[in-house]
Amino acid sequence: MTATTPTNPIAIYARRAESAVTLARPSGLVRNVRTVQGDYKAFQLPSAVIFAVTGISRAGSLVMDIQDGYFDRLLLTPVRRIALLLGLLAADLVQTILLTIPVIGVALAIGVRFDTGILGIVVFILMASLWAIAFSGFIYAIALKTGSPTAVGQSFILFFPFAFLTTSSVPQSVMTGWLAAVVPWNPLTYLFEGFRSLVTGGWEARPLLVGFLAIAGTATVSMSVCMATLRGRVKRG
Amino acid sequence: MITTRQLVRRFGDQEAVAGVDLDVPAGEIYGFLGPNGAGKSTTVRMLCTLLSITGGEATVAGFDVATQPGEVRLRIGVALQEASLDPKQTGRELLNLHARLYGLSKSDATRRVAELERLVDIGDALDRRIGGYSGGMRRRLDLAASLLHEPNILFLDEPTTGLDPVSRAAVWEEVRRLNTELGMIIFLTTQYLEEADELAHRVGIINDGKIVAEGTPAELKRRVGADVVVASISGDATAACAALRDVDGVSSVEQHGDELTIAVDDGPALLSPVAVALSSQNVKVLGLTLRTPTLDDVFLDVTGNRMKASAA
Repeated sequence: MTATTPTNPIAIYARRAESAVTLARPSGLVRNVRTVQGDYKAFQLPSAVIFAVTGISRAGSLVMDIQDGYFDRLLLTPVRRIALLLGLLAADLVQTILLTIPVIGVALAIGVRFDTGILGIVVFILMASLWAIAFSGFIYAIALKTGSPTAVGQSFILFFPFAFLTTSSVPQSVMTGWLAAVVPWNPLTYLFEGFRSLVTGGWEARPLLVGFLAIAGTATVSMSVCMATLRGRVKRG
Repeated sequence: MITTRQLVRRFGDQEAVAGVDLDVPAGEIYGFLGPNGAGKSTTVRMLCTLLSITGGEATVAGFDVATQPGEVRLRIGVALQEASLDPKQTGRELLNLHARLYGLSKSDATRRVAELERLVDIGDALDRRIGGYSGGMRRRLDLAASLLHEPNILFLDEPTTGLDPVSRAAVWEEVRRLNTELGMIIFLTTQYLEEADELAHRVGIINDGKIVAEGTPAELKRRVGADVVVASISGDATAACAALRDVDGVSSVEQHGDELTIAVDDGPALLSPVAVALSSQNVKVLGLTLRTPTLDDVFLDVTGNRMKASAA
């Protein structure tokens, strides 16, 4: 199926993607998008989900706890530092799952079908939630470093380069120039690959493995930064 | 016990704590006084493991705060200056949560919360949200939360600031009880000198990051003199000070604005010579008061300033 102008709720993000494509096309970074084959709604579903869940965190609450001293009270208990973060992440995980389900529900309602069936939907939700948790490590690090609600509120900007320098709106095959060179270095590219394999590719080990590895890599970096920031907070007071 | 040796904390180039030595033995209530920015909160935060130390060493309850912070945390209770409580929880929920965070079983937590209800003394409000509590209720709940795990050492950072006299008296009574009945070490920072005078076995005064005076309240007051004459004057205070220093029996004279604090060996006998010395300098005496020294006089003597807030 040839890509068409989307007219459904999910395509709020598709419109945004089109804008990006429109900007990219004159500079010769993207070939004619209309040559992309497949269900564009299905293609865009991962973008919609990723935009819905990325940045979901309790970092705002953490900042409030830091400011009013409640976080100090928790630090005074013999509970391990990592447990204080894990508690927040566990709550985030539940929230991201609850946010992913309605987005997928809308996608199903407008005709998107998962080639991997119900189990594929479950794995899709799991991937989306784990990604959100992995990315939230950066936001918690900002919260712990700054203790500022403004900084936390603006931290979503961090996500923008990741979100647009990837296959969120067009396949890698139509990219040219520096965009094509940058995209393979973006972990989201592999995450999208994993998501899309679940929707339109059937059960394929490689894209799923690479997708989960991209999440694991991001989580390793973000959580290391986060723990270092937490240790730094105690060091500097 | 609490021991520090040459404890140092720097923030960049600034030395907030500059080599503090403390020895607080078992069973003591130690009053820690100092003006704002003197380094007392920084010292307390290091001893509580909330802030890493830059230099020197500190042990609390026999454990090194730098290398064994977990062991320290198990043995200390801390009620910080701002009662940091989750306003969305009820008092009972908060106490139960903290009991569990300290590793108490569910039944032990319930038992401890029941035991501490008397201290909290807020009746049915214990089952209402903390957001609706008064300052005094929050303070008492905060103190109860810090006692759930039956610590050996209790750090109280300005525990009665903002409390009404009745609540303040209740906290004082509880502090004394914890110390006498349980032998708990109480490390008390306060801006109320009367509070330190009333409760502390020994007092340490910190200024510019260093301990400038330490001893029992009586020892510290004796250091100022047997009696204090306070003169409110208008006129040449410098000349008046010089004249007073020449009076036999005057051990020191401190000027603070238009107020002169004159430490003397024998107040009743020296009241008249002091008045004569003042009149000889043609200063107008607005008031002349004889009293025994207070910790505020000690504070003025060692820091050159009076404590700003003293309204206990």
